[in-house]
Amino acid sequence: MSSRSATHILTGTRIRERRLALSRKQADVAQAAGISPAYLNLIEHNRRPVGQELVARLAAALDVPRAELESGREEARLAALREVAAGLDQRPEPARGGSAPELDQIAEFAARFPGWADALVTLSGQNRALSRRLVSLSDRMTQDPYLLTTLHEVLSAVTALRSTAAILAEGDQGLTPEWRARFHANLDSDSQRLSTTAQALVAYLDSFEADNTVLTPQDEVQAWMAAGAPPLDQATDLASDAARAIAGRHLDRMAAERAALPDADLQRASAEAPDPLAIAQALNRPLDLVMRRLAALRPHGYEGAGLLICDGAGVLILRRAAEGFALPRQGDACALWPLFRALANPQLAIQARVEMPGGAQFETISFAVRSQPGGLDGPLLSAAQMLIRPASGDAPAEPVLRIGPTCRICPRSACPARREPSILQAG
Amino acid sequence: MSDRTDILLVEDEPNIAEAVRFILSRAGWQVEVIDDGANAMPAIRAIRPRLVILDLMLPHRSGREILMELRRETDRALAATRVLLLTAQGQAADTARLAEADAALSKPFANDDLRALVQRLMA
Repeated sequence: MSSRSATHILTGTRIRERRLALSRKQADVAQAAGISPAYLNLIEHNRRPVGQELVARLAAALDVPRAELESGREEARLAALREVAAGLDQRPEPARGGSAPELDQIAEFAARFPGWADALVTLSGQNRALSRRLVSLSDRMTQDPYLLTTLHEVLSAVTALRSTAAILAEGDQGLTPEWRARFHANLDSDSQRLSTTAQALVAYLDSFEADNTVLTPQDEVQAWMAAGAPPLDQATDLASDAARAIAGRHLDRMAAERAALPDADLQRASAEAPDPLAIAQALNRPLDLVMRRLAALRPHGYEGAGLLICDGAGVLILRRAAEGFALPRQGDACALWPLFRALANPQLAIQARVEMPGGAQFETISFAVRSQPGGLDGPLLSAAQMLIRPASGDAPAEPVLRIGPTCRICPRSACPARREPSILQAG
Repeated sequence: MSDRTDILLVEDEPNIAEAVRFILSRAGWQVEVIDDGANAMPAIRAIRPRLVILDLMLPHRSGREILMELRRETDRALAATRVLLLTAQGQAADTARLAEADAALSKPFANDDLRALVQRLMA
């Protein structure tokens, strides 16, 4: 059915419904609108088109706002109802109701029960928003490195407490006073550890609850990138308008950079010499562009690569995680990351092998650029980026830089860059 | 009791390691402990224990990676070494199946359950 004929059906049905609701005869309304009763009958049964002027006259005759009879509003309502029905189709069988929506009667339903139709559309929209929120929360619960580390810490302390307490309670006759004292000391240290960790966990979850947005737009964009940056109309991770705007700009920039440094050129150059500086020189392209393209294309040697970009204030404005490189929440990054060293050394490529507390090592290249997009009188802007890839098994020539994800879950007690105490035991 | 190590415990939490070692030692087994995933395979090859008790989350190398390497050993007797995984609640079933462990025990566990499971695996 064409949209034009659908419009007629809706308008005609609505005219009829309104007339019947007023208990008025066709002849009476037809006369008031300046048409014959036979013609009105055809309109009401959706067999004749209704022009805008005639709709206005009928609206006046039926004492109803013209918009109530017009097509645009009804089309939008109809489209929304179809979306509701499509959403039901995607749900698993047991989650659906007993009967499928009567799609062939959707126009009739919308015309006869506009209030109920709007209520259904509104509820469906709220349901979708809640679903997105639930998915975001679930992602956060399962991917948040702070939460995972804290829960592991709680579990470890509880395990030690339970086993040690049971040893003491079993009354083993062979338990020497030395062992008894040792286990008592372990109970003391583990209970303190559990207490500290539990307090930290409660405080963190409290902040979680107070965070009404659940995820920042940057968090949504990061999740979208982790899902492979699907087209915006299929991007379920992008719930907020701000996130969609950021993602849209990112896609535009990616397309422009891909045009400036095509895949084939980058594949060929990286196969000849994987060093980003050598690629930049060979292709006569800026190093920062080469680094971003390597993280996006992930050619041989850059499998699992990630990219972090921060602005001059150190705020991460792009977070694409490398495999195994845990990213903290916004604003919590470890100050030892080479990314931040690059900010103070613009135009200097800094290579560093870094090691996370768990022992995982990564090769990083950091590079910062400065710009004056406002001209000579404009402000000076800085941005740094760090290309990260899982380290190969080869021993590094330079000493390994021991970093962390963020202070609260980093056990390096002697770290000179520590901002706050860790909830973890010193490692 | 023989000098041979029966059980190698790979666990980085010192108080858990101490408790488990005490429990199993009192039950008559010779237990050795290492606390770093990177040292696990060299220790298994050197000691050749009858049972490895392996924590999943270890520094430098995960328990899953260690188990996969053990199962790929060309020394077939060594590759068949029995392995008990210590896991978080909920990981046990999948982990045991996917990583080819002989058994898995969720933390926190009852000491009696640990003894019984080790008894079965050492039989």
